[in-house]
Amino acid sequence: MITRSERLVILTLALVVVLTVLAPLALMVATSLKGDENRILLDIGSLAAFWVNPLEAEWTNYAQVLASQTQPFLRFLFNSVFVVGWIVVVGIFVNSAAAFALSRLRFRGRNLVLAVVVALIIIPMEALAIPLLLMVNRVGWLDTYQAQIVPFIAHPFSIFLFYQFFAKLPKDIDEAAYVEGATPAQVYWKIALPLSGPVIATVAILQSLEYWNAYLWPLMVTRGPEVRPVSLALAQFFGTPPPTWGDLMAFSVMMSLPILVLYLAFQRWFIQSVVASAVK
Amino acid sequence: MPKKRSSLHDQSRPALVLMAPAGLLIFVFIIAPFLLSLGLSFTNQRLVPNPNLPTSFQGFSNYLRLFGNAEFWQSFRNTFTFALLVVPLQSALALGAAMLVNSRLPARNVFRGIFFLPTVLTMVVVVVIWSNLFQINGFFNAVIQAVTFGAHPGFDWLANPALAMPSIVLVSVWQGFGFQMVIYLAGLQGINPELYEAARVDGASRWQEFWAVTMPGLRNTHIFVVVTTTILALKLFAQVDLLTKGGPLGSTQTVVRLIYETGFRKGQVGVAAALSVVFFLVVLAISVGQRVFLKEDREVA
Repeated sequence: MITRSERLVILTLALVVVLTVLAPLALMVATSLKGDENRILLDIGSLAAFWVNPLEAEWTNYAQVLASQTQPFLRFLFNSVFVVGWIVVVGIFVNSAAAFALSRLRFRGRNLVLAVVVALIIIPMEALAIPLLLMVNRVGWLDTYQAQIVPFIAHPFSIFLFYQFFAKLPKDIDEAAYVEGATPAQVYWKIALPLSGPVIATVAILQSLEYWNAYLWPLMVTRGPEVRPVSLALAQFFGTPPPTWGDLMAFSVMMSLPILVLYLAFQRWFIQSVVASAVK
Repeated sequence: MPKKRSSLHDQSRPALVLMAPAGLLIFVFIIAPFLLSLGLSFTNQRLVPNPNLPTSFQGFSNYLRLFGNAEFWQSFRNTFTFALLVVPLQSALALGAAMLVNSRLPARNVFRGIFFLPTVLTMVVVVVIWSNLFQINGFFNAVIQAVTFGAHPGFDWLANPALAMPSIVLVSVWQGFGFQMVIYLAGLQGINPELYEAARVDGASRWQEFWAVTMPGLRNTHIFVVVTTTILALKLFAQVDLLTKGGPLGSTQTVVRLIYETGFRKGQVGVAAALSVVFFLVVLAISVGQRVFLKEDREVA
């Protein structure tokens, strides 16, 4: 089997990777808790940068970020949650309904529609950004929530994931319902959708990560703080030299906290979602 | 009777109703901009229309302008350089991490959870943290000074044309490897354990086992990981825009950032559309390549 020395090598390597992953995070947390910017600059090139004495930890950077009038952190955070929430929730219904029709209903041209949906998965958003910007500009959607939400609700890859799930459901489930006189819409709403918890979780996680991380699009369509998402607000704050590391790191910790809590609570689901996205 | 059957089985009306919302949104926000991109690439359309200069058909002049533009070629060269560095590094690290987690490691789920952690962080946060490490008086230079006993002062990582791109590669690998690790892990768990036993019976060393069982067993996983990582790499934008703004001397300018600069900053929508079309064709070629590879494998299997 596995020898003792092999086990030691494995453990050592694993700990090296853990250190590589956690050290930058420790730097972020430690810096955010140092109230004195001079202290941060003094520590910056040494191991002290990765550590803060718990007794000396201060929350002043956090208070500063939260109190800022020009950078309304909570507003930014709300904007992100609002945008991602709408995309994900409405997207689940819109995409699963289409997938249900494609996988469980009989109609002419079904395979063609399915082929088109699969083909559309390849088109990267980056290649559509400029014409989309022109369209959004034309209808006066610049600096609005809808410009960040509506274009991303329908998601070919999510339709494909729902399609795969629905296609595998046994035939008798809906046939029994149809015999009893149910309409396809009822079968979708009362039978298929309630069964699709696992795909809903996968789609919700993948889309949340995708749009929580959106950078290019909000950079082009948001100007002021009213609708700007939190990641872009941090980008702007970071882009205004000189960097005030304490505030930047406090901002980073606070905006990462919600997603980290979700990740730690639903770790298995996150990892399963990634696997599901790869299985074709 | 058969007539009734067929009417019962034709469900095109409810299907249309259920597909309408997604269909409409996809048409307006994916298909229309895609066609628009194609159409605009043959015009001199501007973001803010100039009343004195109405938009007109320009033939292939945008494309010719791009192909004659050094910045265009540089952005493609940089993007491919990034992909050529990131794909092997990230895949190898991901495979290594997956093998560690898949081995007899105590508390392997904890390790897996930590390895995956950077992927849930927003790139902007990752950039803020790493730019601190890259500072002139930052940690990396302190390490260089320490190991050279002060003989070398270190580098200005992001302002050095030779080091800026590798620095961005490092940030990207750190943030992204957990994603591919999870996919490799699923691949490793799909390999028949009897193959390992057979290899051991034949007296194979760990090294031989890796090349004879693990690597061939991961063939489809490799193709998937390499293709998806390549496509992700081609979309490189946020890290570069935040850390170097394409500099120094254009050494980190990427295709997507050039699309953004041309279309958004300069308002040259026509040229940016042509660039988007070229970008899409490159992504398409790689995706089609994956299909071909996977199909061949299925025929063999």
